[in-house]
Amino acid sequence: MENPDVMSDPQSHAALIDRLGTELVPVRRLLPPWLRTAGWLLLVAAIAAGLLMHYGAGPMLQRWAATPDLAWAGIGAVITAISAAWAAFALGVPGRRAAWAWLPLPGALLWIGASGLGCLRTWIAPGTEVAGLHQTADCLIFIIAFSIPLSALLVVLLRRACPLRPVLAAVLIGLASAAASASLLEICHAFDSAATDLLTHALAVAAVVAVNAAMGGRLLSKA
Amino acid sequence: MSPVRTVPAESAAASASESPDRRRSAWMAAAQAGDRRAYEKLLADSVALIRAVARRQGVAQDQLDDVVQETLLTVHRVRQTYDPGRSYDAWLGAIAARRAIDSLRRRGRRDSRELHDEFALDNHADADDASAAAENEQRARRLHAAIAALPPGQREAVEQLGLREHSLSEAAELTGRNTGALKVNLHRALKALRERFHGEP
Repeated sequence: MENPDVMSDPQSHAALIDRLGTELVPVRRLLPPWLRTAGWLLLVAAIAAGLLMHYGAGPMLQRWAATPDLAWAGIGAVITAISAAWAAFALGVPGRRAAWAWLPLPGALLWIGASGLGCLRTWIAPGTEVAGLHQTADCLIFIIAFSIPLSALLVVLLRRACPLRPVLAAVLIGLASAAASASLLEICHAFDSAATDLLTHALAVAAVVAVNAAMGGRLLSKA
Repeated sequence: MSPVRTVPAESAAASASESPDRRRSAWMAAAQAGDRRAYEKLLADSVALIRAVARRQGVAQDQLDDVVQETLLTVHRVRQTYDPGRSYDAWLGAIAARRAIDSLRRRGRRDSRELHDEFALDNHADADDASAAAENEQRARRLHAAIAALPPGQREAVEQLGLREHSLSEAAELTGRNTGALKVNLHRALKALRERFHGEP
């Protein structure tokens, strides 16, 4: 079947293999994806600790006790952040299944579903008000501002790996950092999840994911 | 998750006690620690696997070696991502498949003058047309390589008279050689090329 004219080129392969052999230096093996995820989460946890020290956990817990759907949404966001980061690191290893990309789905469903429920509620969480246009813009800025360093760190960490599906990895990076920022926002969020606020959050998350997909894909595709 | 074998072992001449995948995995682990001999054995062993993956992705015969080289370079660059606890063949197969797709995309872009629908090209590529085009391209590339390998005087004659279609006197003016020398060089060059491609004396 093979045309002898265009058969394998053993000589040039041998030359390349020889060159790569000469260039071989010992490398430090990449840590497993869950450990690398844990490393990134450490930074998120440090930011969370800083915010908790500043605002205190009281208002958040009070809000959650009165409106469990907000608590569930917060937990969903945390799960989304963890699972999306883990999936991104897993996809950075060649040979791992693309199905890893579905890992954040349950968390995201909980996050979106519980936030959506908040809109249907008729009572308002204590100590909060329905956010005006000005405050929702603050939420938008908060999520985006925290997402930028968190995304950047993930991109740097993933560039040391080999994401063979760079755009998919970048989308997961965007999702992880947006979800992490939304979780952090929960600590100092003095607004109820009214439709306008929810829309802002969705907008911010979508923007972070889209920018990552557009830029991150390019940043990661060198791998 | 159990390690997934995406590549059938083509070199089934492995020892009975150890699967080829396990052996390659051990070689890669040694290579990560800097063992050059294990690394070179591993890469040589990987060529056939890469070709098999690329062929299955639909890469044309004449592009297989390019995919092999690109894959070997990627393997070298990202060797720290291999986890010896998992299948080497699955790891290599994923990289080879990605480089094969890159190669198909490049080919698709080059052919976009003829066909704009990338989806159609990916899914309903006309294998005969693709291999015919590939063969023509391959032939042209070999001819250019052969011309480049000629001695300078002969190469100049072919370029001026054959490729740029200058007249003898124009070529003589451009190169500063007399027409007789150009004629002799062209004649010798054509003879050398004929020998190279048809084996005629």
